Amino acid sequence: MPTTPAPAIEVAGLHKRYGDQTVLDALDLTVPVGTVTALLGPNGAGKTTTVSILSTLIPADGGTARVLGHDVAREPQAVRRLIGVTGQLSAVDPLLTTVENLRLMADLLHLPRLEGRRRVTDLLERFGLTDAARKQGQQLSGGMQRKLDLAMTLVGGPQVVFLDEPTTGLDPRARRDLWDQVRTLVAGGTSVLLTTQYMEEADQLADHVAVLHEGRLVAHDTPTGLKATHDAGSLDDVFLALTDPDRAGSARAGHDSTEVA
Amino acid sequence: MTAAAAPAPPLTRTAPSGFGGATHDLVTMTRRSLLRILRNPSMTVLLVGTPVVLLLLFVYVFGGAFGAGVAPGITPGAAGREVYLDYITPAVLILTAASIAQATAIGVAMDMTGGIVTRLRTMPVASVAVHGGHVVGAVVQTLLATAVVLGVAVLLGYRPGANLLGWLGLAGVFSLVALTLTWLSVAMGAAAPSVETASNTPMILMLLPFFGSGFVPVETMPTAVRVFAEHQPFTPIIEVVRGLLAGTTVPTTTAWTALAWCVGLTVLGWLWARASYRKPRVTR
Ligand SMILES: Nc1ncnc2c1ncn2[C@@H]1O[C@H](COP(=O)(O)OP(=O)(O)OP(=O)(O)O)[C@@H](O)[C@H]1O
Ligand SMILES: [Mg+2]
Repeated sequence: MPTTPAPAIEVAGLHKRYGDQTVLDALDLTVPVGTVTALLGPNGAGKTTTVSILSTLIPADGGTARVLGHDVAREPQAVRRLIGVTGQLSAVDPLLTTVENLRLMADLLHLPRLEGRRRVTDLLERFGLTDAARKQGQQLSGGMQRKLDLAMTLVGGPQVVFLDEPTTGLDPRARRDLWDQVRTLVAGGTSVLLTTQYMEEADQLADHVAVLHEGRLVAHDTPTGLKATHDAGSLDDVFLALTDPDRAGSARAGHDSTEVA
Repeated sequence: MTAAAAPAPPLTRTAPSGFGGATHDLVTMTRRSLLRILRNPSMTVLLVGTPVVLLLLFVYVFGGAFGAGVAPGITPGAAGREVYLDYITPAVLILTAASIAQATAIGVAMDMTGGIVTRLRTMPVASVAVHGGHVVGAVVQTLLATAVVLGVAVLLGYRPGANLLGWLGLAGVFSLVALTLTWLSVAMGAAAPSVETASNTPMILMLLPFFGSGFVPVETMPTAVRVFAEHQPFTPIIEVVRGLLAGTTVPTTTAWTALAWCVGLTVLGWLWARASYRKPRVTR
């Protein structure tokens, strides 16, 4: 597929309501090709909602969202061919083995048989799942399941990957392994939008950090830039300052992204 | 560590859309469904066991007395049991199909409420295949399970009078009935807000055969119940199965009514399941 000049993700004026509750209020966000953006925000800020709209799961109420130039509302099938999603809930079939779960993806993506097999073997090796290849999903530890979940996302070689809290429940080593996987992906030209509650994860992985609060981005910058702007030692402090309930109004003022080159 | 840092070339994919693509996806999802059935043998044992227990209960506990009720001139006791086994075997086979449909609804609800369908919906997968895989798997399971239950009935002394054509007809009828019941239960499972609801709603499919001609003749029921029993879908279906098993002729209107119910309810279930597939769900 030829590389498109369009950004990996381009969101403009995105609105989403559930009943009376406005979850996303004119959200703007751009993820350049081959970069990682970490979407941060308090519980219930709308991170999963944003990922769901971008991955064609739910419709927005207003605004536009494009993935590699394809409008998610108008060309959902085109978007689905380009993306891979690891959701907050496990998508591993508990009754199928590791290999069967991966092969299911290869078959559903219509990979030619041999290519599919090769791809599955390759992913098993990359994710250290070879020994667990014949184990059923329900026999894997939580961390192994999470790895398999991510490996399943990558079977089709997606160009844009969404990871919704990919390392929740992982031990420090497994988390670092997963970070390495993400880095490998990005080195290969893949673009990633990930949500996380671990500020260190954002700091380690992300080229850009976007903080979602009360339906809008209250910051969008490089990790270094954010720390500098807020005169903070860690992203934790930045997060706490930006999402402080007492200064919600002033936090909004920081909505415009302040890019630090 | 980051050994394989070379950019992965875009993978070849054959056309994922259109009829061919949908069929390919249906085959894939059916294979998954059959694998799941194989991996969970205790479920199959339970699904075959329930109708077998009902058969034993109805024949050996109620049969002696009920047999005299379904055929005039039969003395209660052993003769009654024999007549009653004959009378209820078709309905018990239909119950087998209904019980498998109920289990299928639970499987579908688990897919829908967990992350599996969420993932499939972000992939270019033909939507009909996602539920269709469960349905085809359940049809295969139903044909095997009804054969086992029929075998038990034969061991108890049931003697079917069907010829080769009749058996082929029966296989066709059971495939169609399984298709109807599972599309309905898949729709119930897909629309259910939780796995618990999904295990309860399809209970109606297990109960309805009792309000029909399956266990006692409808003439013995009070008018209101009888009118319902005569006009509900399971009655013509059970009568068709009864006729084919016995090797007697089935009245044409009964056969057409049964077919119309099956086709109509299949389409209803399919449309309902399809509508639920893309409906956003509360996932927490
Ligand atoms: N299907 C739904 N129906 C009604 N409200 C919903 C629905 N899905 C999400 N919400 C609400 O929208 C808001 C945003 O939810 P979302 O799941 O996007 O948050 P999040 O940022 O991913 O949170 P977390 O960090 O806890 O995962 C929440 O207030 C939630 O209650
Ligand atoms: Mg979330």
